[in-house]
This record gives sequence, structure tokens and C-alpha cells, in this order.
Amino acid sequence: MLNDSAFKRLPSNAAETISFRVEGQVVTARAGESVAAAVLAAGLGPTRTTAVSTSPRAPYCMMGVCFECLMVIDGQANTQGCMIPVVEGMEVGFQHGARAVMEESV
Amino acid sequence: MSTVQYDLAVVGAGPAGMAAAIESAHRGLNVVVIDEQPRAGGQIYRQVGQPVLQDKRILGPEYYYGADLVAEFSAAKIEVLHSATVWEIGARHLCLSLEGSSRRISFSRLLLATGAQERPVPFPGWTTPGVMTCGAAQIMLKSSGLAPSEPLVIAGSGPLLLLIACQLQRAGVSIAAVLDTTPSRHYVEALRELPGALRGWRYLLKGCKLLMELRSAGVKRLSGVQQLRAEGGSDGKLARVRFRHKDREQTLACSTLLVHQGVVPNVQLTRSLGAEHRWDELQQCWHPCLDSGGETSVGGVFVAGDSAGIGGALVAELQGKLAAIEIASRLGDTGQQTQNTEAHDQDTQKLQQAIAQQLAIRPFLDRLYRPAAVFLRPADETLVCRCEEVTAGDIRSVAKNGCAGPNQAKAFSRAGMGPCQGRMCGLTVSQLMAEVHNAPVSEVGYYNIRSPIKPVTLGELASMEPELESELEPKLESEFVEQAKA
Repeated sequence: MLNDSAFKRLPSNAAETISFRVEGQVVTARAGESVAAAVLAAGLGPTRTTAVSTSPRAPYCMMGVCFECLMVIDGQANTQGCMIPVVEGMEVGFQHGARAVMEESV
Repeated sequence: MSTVQYDLAVVGAGPAGMAAAIESAHRGLNVVVIDEQPRAGGQIYRQVGQPVLQDKRILGPEYYYGADLVAEFSAAKIEVLHSATVWEIGARHLCLSLEGSSRRISFSRLLLATGAQERPVPFPGWTTPGVMTCGAAQIMLKSSGLAPSEPLVIAGSGPLLLLIACQLQRAGVSIAAVLDTTPSRHYVEALRELPGALRGWRYLLKGCKLLMELRSAGVKRLSGVQQLRAEGGSDGKLARVRFRHKDREQTLACSTLLVHQGVVPNVQLTRSLGAEHRWDELQQCWHPCLDSGGETSVGGVFVAGDSAGIGGALVAELQGKLAAIEIASRLGDTGQQTQNTEAHDQDTQKLQQAIAQQLAIRPFLDRLYRPAAVFLRPADETLVCRCEEVTAGDIRSVAKNGCAGPNQAKAFSRAGMGPCQGRMCGLTVSQLMAEVHNAPVSEVGYYNIRSPIKPVTLGELASMEPELESELEPKLESEFVEQAKA
């Protein structure tokens, strides 16, 4: 599952390991880390394509400034992956192009 | 509906916000701290309360220094709202989003300690997946114990560039090259600041040590690098970086490129409040205008730490404390607190001296590490607004066609209208408009920042408890009066 662009885990103080899904694929992560970090550690991405030209993007600033890490987290599109701690069983999807307006019956 | 009225609300739990909250709590103020992260520390001391990395050498003692401050903050009588995002701000109230719902908080005084962000570094290919900031790499080290994938190239200018290179090298990451883009004439220009900088000799020594550490580790460091470009492979991810060094075109294969051109104050909230800002020519960024106690042009709103002007973590801590003393004393003037004037003057004088001592190095650093012109006013084909994919050429073109400032340019080009709300393009757009109009950046100005300051869902807005009309109306009126005055 890991590929060449995966970030490497350095020897760390013990923490709970959790698993969640990225685009349907099961990925393990360190409890408490951000969704964006966990996705980068799994070497997955690009994590979105842009609304204007559908060019590929991935997390850039990791501190909530750039909004490049927008993903679909537990069904919620346009969520900043770097600001959300990953939790067991989370469903993360990549975001393609502009967010569609959801049709809801009122 | 009754809302809790705090004496002081602090936005940001970095060194400035923590120090301010601790000091104001000691002085008996009812204080609330709002922070976007799940734990206190800010970006500089991120996760220091529960450090991730086993090897303490990697991040070094300056990081672990923050642990005591975080511990003191956690023990103090302070209400802290973590993982909370402020999306609207006024001089006496703010609205925040927490755990999927929004609430409104009222206060008498406000301290903004929102720190810095990395200066956006537009260059060809900077949106390629695999290009990240040096700050991002440091956050990954601190909060996840993650090191970037190799081959790794680090490019840019500034103290953080050297620091992250050393930290990654200590972590056993192999660095293909450090590409230093500092223009060579800056070394000469910075020399005249050297006598002043000698008062901050500890920082100079630290810088030299970092350089020596890289050298003895055998890390390749090229200086005077120009024409930096990142290129993706067929999978869309970063494949190589191209640049010019000593008149020779070079290419390095890489899967991560970390870039950095210094840090700039995060002024989103002070802008949204309509506070006055000034353009700092040396640091090439906006600073909120503050009085000696750290109060902005909007009465009752204070700023401390890097969001007031870049000074670093130790300065931020001192400024936070200073602001808290001022706030407590000014609240005292209205009869809520009492304060011995002589003790107050002594306290503030000592802090101001310590701040001046810490800032002695800044003119030297600011002059040396001023970004090369091409990063401030990039070539036409370079993307400036990452969200709406607007190039420098697009901005120059709307400016030539008569747009006077960034707000007009926004309407014509969409630059600054994406989810980051101008955080990544604002400085560059102002620079480009100033260039075309041959005017100072201070005259061209900056985007008007309006709430919601961070995106918020309609569902969350709807979840807010409505206020009684009798409470709402006078508040709104008084806010309009304040804004009209500002």
C-alpha cells in the first residue's frame, strides 16, 4: 500500500494506532494526528483536483491557511484535512473539481 | 438568552496567547482562550505537552522549552476552547464554530494572538503535489513524527530553512540539496545592521551553528539559486526541481520540495475588524498599528506576538504578558480592577526592555532574508491565487485596465475569492498592483476581509441560538458606531 511518496514514520513515543479508510482503502494512523498527515503518511494523493481546471493538489501548509487539503471527511466536502484529527472508522474521500450542490428533498 | 461576559477573550494559544492568559488570570480577570488546534502550544510548540518524537535532539531544546509554558497554561484558571474556529469577530463579541455547532461569545477586551503564517512563495509549479512549506514539514515532525519522502530538496531563504534542514538531517532524512535563494547582495546590505545585531549575538551564534551542522553533515548547500521551478510527472505528483546556479541550468529529481521565504503576521482577524494597518517595508508585510500597550485602532482590541509583527516565540511570550498587564490596568481604570501604578510601570518597563533585547537581531535578519523580488512580484505565467488559479499576468492585466486596488481586482479576476480568502495571494496581489501603478504598496492597500473569516456551513449558522431582539439591536447599533469611527 505504501508507495515512494509516503512520508516516513520516525521512532515515536507510544500512541494508539487507529484505522480508517481513504477512498475505500484501509489505512492505519497514529491517533490524534490530522487527516492530512495520515493521508501523506500512507503516500496517497493527490488529495483533490481544483474547481477551475481540475489540476491535482495535495496538502501544502498543514496549518489551516492554504485550504489545499480540502477533502470529503465523513461525507462533509470542503473539509480541511489538516485541521481534523483522524479517528477510528473515519471515511475520507478525495475531492474532485467543484463541490456539487446536493439535491435534498425538503 | 444570557451569554457569559468575559473580561478578556484571547484568540490563539501559542506563546503570546498562553502568556497573556496566564498573566490575566493571575490578575483576576475572567478569561477565555479560543484556539483552532486540539492542544495548546501554537505552531511553534505544537504537541509539546505530549511530544511525539522519541529523539529529543531532532527538534532541540528551543521546542521543549515550550512544555513549561503549556503546563502553566493548563494549570491556570482559564477557560479554554480547543478545536474552535473563529468565523466572525467584533470588538465586543465573536462567533466560533466548535464540534459542528456555532456559538457567540461576549467580552470586554479582546487579545488577538493568531501568530504568523508562512509567506506565500509563488514560483512556477508551486501548486504541484509534493511541494510543501518548510513550516508544514516541521508541523508533521512535531505532531505526527513524520519525515518527508525522499529524494528531498529544500529551497528558499530564512532562518527556518536552515533549522528544518538541520532537524530533518538529525532525524536521518537524506537531503539532496538545500537551494538558498537569498540574493548575494543582501549579505552586503545586511552587514550595516551587524553592529545592532551583535546585541542579539545568541541568535547569530545559533545561525552559525546551524550552518556548520549542515556542512559537517555533508549536506549540499547551493547559494544564490535563481529561477526555481517545480515540475510534476505523469502521475501529476512532483518529479523534479529545475533552477539556475552560477549561470548553469540544473535539475534535481525529487518527490518532496520544501519551500520557505520567511513568515508574515496573520492579520486576517485585525483586517476583519477594520483595524488600521501599516506596510512594513523591511519585512514586506502588513502590521496592525498598535499603541505602546499593544492596542489597535479599534478600542479594546489588542494584538500580541507574531500577528503584531514577526519577533519569534520568546518575543511573543513577553508581548503576551505585557498586553495582559496593560489590559488588566486599563480595565482597572474603569473601576473593575485596581492596580498600583508604580508597580505597573516597573513591570511594563522591564518587559519592554527584554523585548527590545530580543528584537535586536531582527533588522539584520529582515534585511538578509528579504525574499528575492521574483517571489514578491512573480513573472506573468506564475500562478498567484492558488484557489481560483489566477496568474500574475492576469493581475497585471486587470491593473493595467484600470483596477486601482486588490478589491477591484478581486471582482475582475476572482483572485482572493476562493476558500483561503486571500491568505495565499493577498500579499502578492498588492505587490503586483503597486508595481503596475508605480505606487507604494501602502497606497494600493489590501483585500477587505469579511466574515465568515473561515468557511462555515449553513447548517452550523442555523444551529446558533438566536439572541433576544432586545439584546441584539443595541449591540448592532453600537458596533456600527464603532466601525464608523474606525
